[in-house]
Amino acid sequence: MADKVLMKGNEAIAEAAIMAGCRHYFGYPITPQTEVAAYMAKRMPKIGGVFLQAESEIAAINMVYGVSSTGHRVMTSSSSPGISLKSEGLSYLAGADLPALVVNVQRGGPGLGGIQPSQSDYFQATKGGGHGDFRMIVLAPASVQEMADLTVKGFDLADEYRMTAMILADGTMGQMMEPVEIPKIEKKEFDKSWAVTGTGMGRKHNIVNSLSLAPAELERQNFERFQRYGRIQEKEAMWEEYRMEDAEYCLVAFGIAARVTKAAIDEARKKGIRAGMIRPITLWPFPEKALAAAAEKCVSFATVELNMGQMIDDVRLAISCKRPVKLIHRAGGIIPSPEEVLRGIENMEGGAEK
Amino acid sequence: MTTRFLIAGFGGQGILFAGKFLVNKGMMEGKQVTWLPSYGPEMRGGTANCSVVIGDEPVSSPIVDHPDVLMVMNLPSLDKYEDAVNPGGWIFVDSTLIERKVRRQDVHAVYVPATRMAGENGVTTLANMILSGAMLARLGQYEPENVEAALKKVVSVKHPEMYDFNRKALEMGRNFE
Repeated sequence: MADKVLMKGNEAIAEAAIMAGCRHYFGYPITPQTEVAAYMAKRMPKIGGVFLQAESEIAAINMVYGVSSTGHRVMTSSSSPGISLKSEGLSYLAGADLPALVVNVQRGGPGLGGIQPSQSDYFQATKGGGHGDFRMIVLAPASVQEMADLTVKGFDLADEYRMTAMILADGTMGQMMEPVEIPKIEKKEFDKSWAVTGTGMGRKHNIVNSLSLAPAELERQNFERFQRYGRIQEKEAMWEEYRMEDAEYCLVAFGIAARVTKAAIDEARKKGIRAGMIRPITLWPFPEKALAAAAEKCVSFATVELNMGQMIDDVRLAISCKRPVKLIHRAGGIIPSPEEVLRGIENMEGGAEK
Repeated sequence: MTTRFLIAGFGGQGILFAGKFLVNKGMMEGKQVTWLPSYGPEMRGGTANCSVVIGDEPVSSPIVDHPDVLMVMNLPSLDKYEDAVNPGGWIFVDSTLIERKVRRQDVHAVYVPATRMAGENGVTTLANMILSGAMLARLGQYEPENVEAALKKVVSVKHPEMYDFNRKALEMGRNFE
């Protein structure tokens, strides 16, 4: 434990981003992610980086676009209503095939909503995040350590596939402190030959742009982009399995909901209920193969979510509706207790939806 | 063995600080720990609380719905959380600020006039640490070396003089009664 430090999740994201070589942060304050910006404000000037509090979320995401065009690692962070404001920029980043890391520390919605933890931006994050056909890689940390590790991973994936990687956390993950080991970074090289860095009169101009008026060319770009997405779906899905070896009942949960679900599964096991969990670490790409395999041996499924039921759709798709899928949930900033989740599991046992 | 702590009171009483001290002590002792604050508008003048979990196993949920140990520094917090404490658990009460007694018969209740003691001993703002000292002593977890090392971690580098005041407050709580 000697090399571990206690940090808030939000601070761990910021420090890990710096370790990953990010020297440009643009943001606008909003609870419950403000510590990311506060940490960057303190650290960036000391290491020759840029911290800039923009005049709005929209300005911040367009500054991200600008820096990313030059090939540098760059990030922004916000919380739910602020991410909606950034959605135009997210679409432009996708259209221009620019890498970026975007952090959403979710709070309850819709609208201005509340400030307590939520997972109600799952659809927004995994189904696009703006207009047009596009995807973001969506990473869902369930500990402060993962807040750090997935930040580093997110930058690498973003650079490798030239797209936005989003950390989809929630207020609890942002605010809680746990011991964390800030990751040591192996420096990886990524192709940035597309960046606008000045030609030095020695090469052709690079153009970074999301406008493409010729339908045939725009279609070609879309097909090329989705080939890339296909490779990501093939290679990059991440998940954790918890007590799945002999599980009859498969819970699916991510982030803070997965932490609560673990506690509920341990209690269910004491009562002789063979429950287990698949915890998606990437929400896009969704760990479809793990779910499909579980459908072969588990009798029923349930998702545990802090929303009105969003990931449940992806679970049904992944298992081709072969098994009943139940929803165990709270919304509006409330986190279910392990006892509530246990009651939900017992309900599966009773076979209410079988 | 996992102990779930809930510390609650008004914003400004050092509720979150007491939790940070506790969680640092746990980490230095090689335990698995989490610290989770209430956050947002509650901070200023309203209620504040923080959940601390310290155990030998990785902590599943960092949210403490049912504390083994409750430390309260205002009446609304005692009213709100008294019934949630696990049977056989502990409730530590700042009896300067909370006049009523704990109603539960199945928990250990400890009353420390921490705010009065702080005022009389020149550590006015440190009732939180007096109560923390009393709590650790009663739980058999007051190891002076670890207490001091954890305190060093949480006292602001800008105000090193606060270390001695905090240590004094913790010791006062430890020696209470």
